[in-house]
Amino acid sequence: MPRLEEHCWSRSCASRVESKTFSGGNWVASRAEEMMSIVTTVLSNAYGSLHSVRAAHLIRRGLVLFTVGVVLALVLNLLQLQRNVTLFPEEVMATLFSSAWWIPPCCGTAAAVVGLLYPCIDSHLGEPHKFKREWASVMRCIAVFVGINHASAKLHFANNAQLSLTLAALSLGLWWMFDRSRSGFGLGIGTAFLATVITQLLVYNGVYQYTYPDFLYVRSWLPCIFFSGGVTVGNIGRQLAMICLCPGKCSCYFQPHANHISAC
Amino acid sequence: MRVCINPHLSSLWFPRSLDAPRRLVLAHPRTAPPDGRQLTPPPRMTVRERLREKISAAFYRHGLLCASYPVPIILFTSASILACCYPLLRLPLPGTGPVEFTTRVRDYTVPSHEPQGDLGERPDWYRGPPVAYIQPVLVKAAVSPWDSTLVPVDVFRSPLGRVFSLLEEIRNHVHDDGSGVRSLEALCLQVTDLLPGLRRMQRVLPEHGCLLVSPGNYWQNQRELFDSDPDLLKTVHQHEPKGLHTSATLRDLLFGVPVKHTGVSLYSRKRVVTYTITMVLGSYDARFLSSLRARLRQLHPSVNCSLREDHMVHVHFKEEIGMAELIPLVTTYIILFAYIYFSTRKIDMVKSKWGLALAAVVTVLSSLLMSVGLCTLFGLTPTLNGGEIFPYLVVVIGLENVLVLTKSVVSTPVDLEVKLRIAQGLSNESWSIMKNMATELCIILIGYFTLVPAIQEFCLFAVVGLVSDFFLQMFFFTTVLSIDIRRMELADLNRRLPAEAGMPLPKPGPLRPREAPPPPRPSPHTITLQTPAFRNLRLPKRLRVVYFLARTRLAQRFIMVGTVIWIGILAYTDPAGLRTYLAAQVSEQSPLGEGGAGGLPPHLGVAPVFPGPGGDPADTLSVLPAPAEPTPLPENQSQGHHGAPGEGVPLVPQISWGAEDEEGWRRLSFRHWPSLFSYYNITLAKRYISILPVIPITLHLSPREAIETRHPQDTRHPPPPSLKTNDLPADLTLYKVAALGLAAGVLLVLLLFCLYRVLCSRNYGQNGVAHGRRRRGDLPCDDYGYSPPISEISPLLLCGHSMDIECLASDGMLLASCCLAGQIRVWDTQTGDCLTVIPKHGLRRSSSSGCWEQRDGWDAVGVAEPENLGGGTEPGGGVFDEDKGYPLRRRTTPRPALFENQPDLTPLIDTNFDSQPPSHLLLTPPRNGFDFGGLVEKAYLEHEPPSPGLTASYPSPLSGPPPQRRRSLGYIQPPAPQGQETPDWESAVWAMELRGNLIAAGRSNGKLELWDAVEGSLRCSNEDGVSGITALAFLNNRIVAARLDGSLDFFTVDINKPLGLLQYRGPPGRSNMPPSPCYSSEDVISCQLTRSVQCAHQKPITVLRAAAGRVVTGSQDHTVRVYRLEDSCCLFTLQGHSGGITAIYIDQTMVLASGGQDGAICLWDVLTGSRVSHVYGHRGDVTSLVCTTSCVISSGLDDLICIWDRSTGIKLYSIQQEVGCGASLGVISESLLVTGGQGCVSFWDLNFGDLLQTVYLGQSSDGQGVRQLVVLNNAAIVCDFGSELSLVYVPAVLEKLD
Repeated sequence: MPRLEEHCWSRSCASRVESKTFSGGNWVASRAEEMMSIVTTVLSNAYGSLHSVRAAHLIRRGLVLFTVGVVLALVLNLLQLQRNVTLFPEEVMATLFSSAWWIPPCCGTAAAVVGLLYPCIDSHLGEPHKFKREWASVMRCIAVFVGINHASAKLHFANNAQLSLTLAALSLGLWWMFDRSRSGFGLGIGTAFLATVITQLLVYNGVYQYTYPDFLYVRSWLPCIFFSGGVTVGNIGRQLAMICLCPGKCSCYFQPHANHISAC
Repeated sequence: MRVCINPHLSSLWFPRSLDAPRRLVLAHPRTAPPDGRQLTPPPRMTVRERLREKISAAFYRHGLLCASYPVPIILFTSASILACCYPLLRLPLPGTGPVEFTTRVRDYTVPSHEPQGDLGERPDWYRGPPVAYIQPVLVKAAVSPWDSTLVPVDVFRSPLGRVFSLLEEIRNHVHDDGSGVRSLEALCLQVTDLLPGLRRMQRVLPEHGCLLVSPGNYWQNQRELFDSDPDLLKTVHQHEPKGLHTSATLRDLLFGVPVKHTGVSLYSRKRVVTYTITMVLGSYDARFLSSLRARLRQLHPSVNCSLREDHMVHVHFKEEIGMAELIPLVTTYIILFAYIYFSTRKIDMVKSKWGLALAAVVTVLSSLLMSVGLCTLFGLTPTLNGGEIFPYLVVVIGLENVLVLTKSVVSTPVDLEVKLRIAQGLSNESWSIMKNMATELCIILIGYFTLVPAIQEFCLFAVVGLVSDFFLQMFFFTTVLSIDIRRMELADLNRRLPAEAGMPLPKPGPLRPREAPPPPRPSPHTITLQTPAFRNLRLPKRLRVVYFLARTRLAQRFIMVGTVIWIGILAYTDPAGLRTYLAAQVSEQSPLGEGGAGGLPPHLGVAPVFPGPGGDPADTLSVLPAPAEPTPLPENQSQGHHGAPGEGVPLVPQISWGAEDEEGWRRLSFRHWPSLFSYYNITLAKRYISILPVIPITLHLSPREAIETRHPQDTRHPPPPSLKTNDLPADLTLYKVAALGLAAGVLLVLLLFCLYRVLCSRNYGQNGVAHGRRRRGDLPCDDYGYSPPISEISPLLLCGHSMDIECLASDGMLLASCCLAGQIRVWDTQTGDCLTVIPKHGLRRSSSSGCWEQRDGWDAVGVAEPENLGGGTEPGGGVFDEDKGYPLRRRTTPRPALFENQPDLTPLIDTNFDSQPPSHLLLTPPRNGFDFGGLVEKAYLEHEPPSPGLTASYPSPLSGPPPQRRRSLGYIQPPAPQGQETPDWESAVWAMELRGNLIAAGRSNGKLELWDAVEGSLRCSNEDGVSGITALAFLNNRIVAARLDGSLDFFTVDINKPLGLLQYRGPPGRSNMPPSPCYSSEDVISCQLTRSVQCAHQKPITVLRAAAGRVVTGSQDHTVRVYRLEDSCCLFTLQGHSGGITAIYIDQTMVLASGGQDGAICLWDVLTGSRVSHVYGHRGDVTSLVCTTSCVISSGLDDLICIWDRSTGIKLYSIQQEVGCGASLGVISESLLVTGGQGCVSFWDLNFGDLLQTVYLGQSSDGQGVRQLVVLNNAAIVCDFGSELSLVYVPAVLEKLD
């Protein structure tokens, strides 16, 4: 079973490696291209049923992560916007999709990439993540992530530095509570950095702008949000990678060790 | 050992030395807390270790305490929860509807900001000035008398036109009372700008200056625009939003009354136009308002209008939650529920999984409530939105601890006492729990120092919540867990537990690996046979509740009663409803002084209209809609000015002022005011407005005036506009609402369906709680590495067949089996002895020498006793010596363990009867001397069925003289062909039945043979058919054979008793034997084909069953046919399956059940041929079916055994078997089910679905499944097991071995 999983991981990694080099603007295109390539590979591989199984597994995981990313993007965007919500129920849908159309797909793609990268890096480092591997913990992690967003959107802070510091502390707490792995931390930092740079580029190019920019034309709490988002999505991705969705024989789970609490 | 430490333990929870558990452990190593390495403490322990040990000991004692006194502790916990939640009563109830508060106008003063002492009924939001004062001016205008020359537009054009003069009047009104000149400009609420998103309303709503709203806003308050507007209605409509509008629309805002009450339409019946001029005042000036009121009244007197004018209503608005805000909220709640679901799913190995999950959730929730209550008690009023932070609080507090506790407790050895288990489980986890809690507290403390007020508040709540959660876990949840564990122990008395011996001690330390199964133990129980009387009492509780609800239709009745009450309340509280009517009636009667007034509700008497001297000094709280006016005003009608109504009564529009006009704003949406203010970026959330009493204005316009103000295009409207153009908008709205409702309904159904699938999956009705889907995997036969326990029930192996057994038949006492080699053996079901072997011809020839030897052995055994009795010589020689102890051993200790150790002697006792000459059939005199053998056999056969002691007694009583028997053994050659009948050895036996002592065997070449089961002789044979016999039924004296070609043959077995032997019926030994029915060996038995139904079915017959005078056949052609046995006439053809029939059950009570390849099971009424019920239970074929009086048991190719309620067709539960299990089923009693598995048979309690016991048939269970299973009369079952048969006795005694 671990061997099978490693296969899954290595497979996911192999398909992910080349996409790392793409810059953010081409993500969608590269993602679609790569999906197509995977699909064609699968179709052309007449001999390897196992191979196709793995690819299908990978695609399924990617789709799940993509959906999660889209939903989270929509909901969190709504959370940010809801101060200006009017009372007319007709406008709910308009509010829901008030942001640019490309934001949810981008977030979904990013979620898929990050969520597939995490188990891949884990397997490369040779230390499969075992800390709190269960869905309840993942749900808790998502809830905390939404809570952090909620706090950033709704609470009144004295100044932006306070807000940023608080969010940074919360993000670190999230990582400590649910991840505690070096690779997770590094990848989270990387995600935050990359995403902030991309946002910065977008803002520089005038694609959009923030209402109250406070740090180089963007909001200073963005890296914290990106970091915690990366950790959360990585958590989901790892959990998904643990479940081998082999067709026919589902539910060959990892047996998580009983005591999740007392890890040290 | 347990007994001796009991008193010790019960006093252990008292404060004693901390090493109490250690001492206990020394006395009882099995109860060692897992941190056992500290039991022998090193000389110097670090602080951490000492702390750890102390914590562990404290938890141990606490666990003992909780498990010892569950009820007082739960009571104490509940009391403390209630006490802590008590302050919550003071918090306002959640809800977003506006709250009202009524004060009197006369002595109104703006409430101060500071809360005053004697607030009394004053709500706490009633502080400070309101956002605005609303002064509505309600205008009712009509053109009267109505002239036939007027066009429909005249109904509202001139009345609406008057709004401009009224506005002028209001704007220009100036009040001067010496202290200063006041005008509306000074008092009104000055608005600055519309929200930027409302461009389309820019022209309509006032953008600057006074917020004064009236229908005139449509025309920018300019009379010229109004007069030049060719189509007023179009102007009004063009601002309406497209699509559905449920909240306040612009039209509502400007008219101030609901759309349908305005009367502005081309098809108005009442011809009265109503609208409101709404003044929004920033400050309150009583004198100005009263002068304005007086002025307007003076100008436009409203005759007989006596609306209440002395009360103002303050409306407080809660924070509005928009749909867009709800979506993130709903998302967080979904995540929360997913978290709870995934957490509680891990609770396992307890009695009631859902009960514990509920207890866990209750623990968390009540700890939250306690934290809020405690914070409120200490003066921390929550300012956060409770609904929003709630999920995060739950997530922070978490369910982890309770789950860890549960897991730790259930992983303790099950043979310990309950309180020891609890204590041990608690102390195992004590360190991690404490550490975890300390970590969380630290994190929260860090959060407290962020110095953000909201986060600080959250942290405060979370800290209190954590502490109270810890308290509840320790007291409430632990106690509930102990109760649950105790219940499980009690319930386990009925359940067999797996073997435990040799189980290593659990790994010490808190980091112990998961061990899902409790240490098993050898089965301490044997099986109890339920008496049928208890059957109905032992339904699972849950099912009983459901059945009770279903039977009495309680829920339905509650809903009906509730609906009736609700409708009644609605009718009573409706403004135009019963209550008003009653009030009017009463007020009419009251001047007459009738006693009817006595029954009035008291508040009518002290109605605010007539404030008594002793009334409330200031105000009355009114949350209800304003009480309908009980004033004695039947209907204030103001007639037109212009003369008497005369003949034109219907032509005079009547302007009436009713109670509903008094607070007309109530009829508007409750979002009316918030939306009006939100246009100007003023929020009403958590604030209030004051609505002043309405100023009524009645306008009567002359027809001449109406004609004068007419626009030239008005007359172009067709006088009676088509109904459609008018009703279309309303109808469209109606359709839209209907469509929306339909969509919502469909969505709801889909949602419920999904929920159903999620919750119930597809195993509806199985007892998912404690003993639901019991897998074979739970059995100790695999996976855990335990050897199968030596069970109390040990099977008796019947060996002898050389190949796999194909057919089994039994009549209770005798058992016939046929193997693939064509050998038929007859066994005694009591003792397991092989009575007869009917060998295949060729085999018998070839192994003749062995046969002789065997026959000698048999003879020795059979004849031994009479010989000993008679003192004769012993013929058997050494063989007898070897076997001498055999009958004795068989009687005393029929234990197969012994049996296995000895040489397998079963072949030695085979009675090779067929080598005897069937002398009775020869009907010739014996060759030398009288053949007593025939007499013996006759005497035996007369007394069918044989008694339990058949084999022992059969040869004994009247066996012939030994020489004679020896002669028959030794000298007579194998049976000569009996005339016309020749045994056929070439074709295989496909079907076999056993009745009396006749074996009916159907062969593949279509031959039907009747064998004597005891003698092994062929009695008759019938070769009428050529197609192979696939199934046989043998009932009374009829044999029904189903053939491969789908035909059905009915045979009659005739017995012709030779007269000459009749006098011998009654030998001396007869009295010892039970009465026996049918066939004597002397009888001439003939088997004749009475009827052959050629095309009974279109396809091969798969099943054939006969009972109660009926023969039922099932075929591949999807039908079941019922025949009457006597005249072989087809009674019914039962259709209803969509696949071939694979299983049929019929018994003496005419219960007919059939199962098919489509997985369906049908129950039929045999008397009428109607289908009683039809259920689908299996994916794949139904492989066997059994009925009891209350349920139907079916097994299918999907390895599922389903138990259905027979009367209702509801699936009670199902048992999942492992893949490839045999599909054999048998019912031993009403509550005992036996199923065959891989090398084992399992006994199940039918009432609960509990596995009672598994009996392993052989040491080498190499994947051989039990394919056939026959239940015998004496509570024994026989199953085939490869080439062997197993006879398993089911003891009827329950004894707990402990």
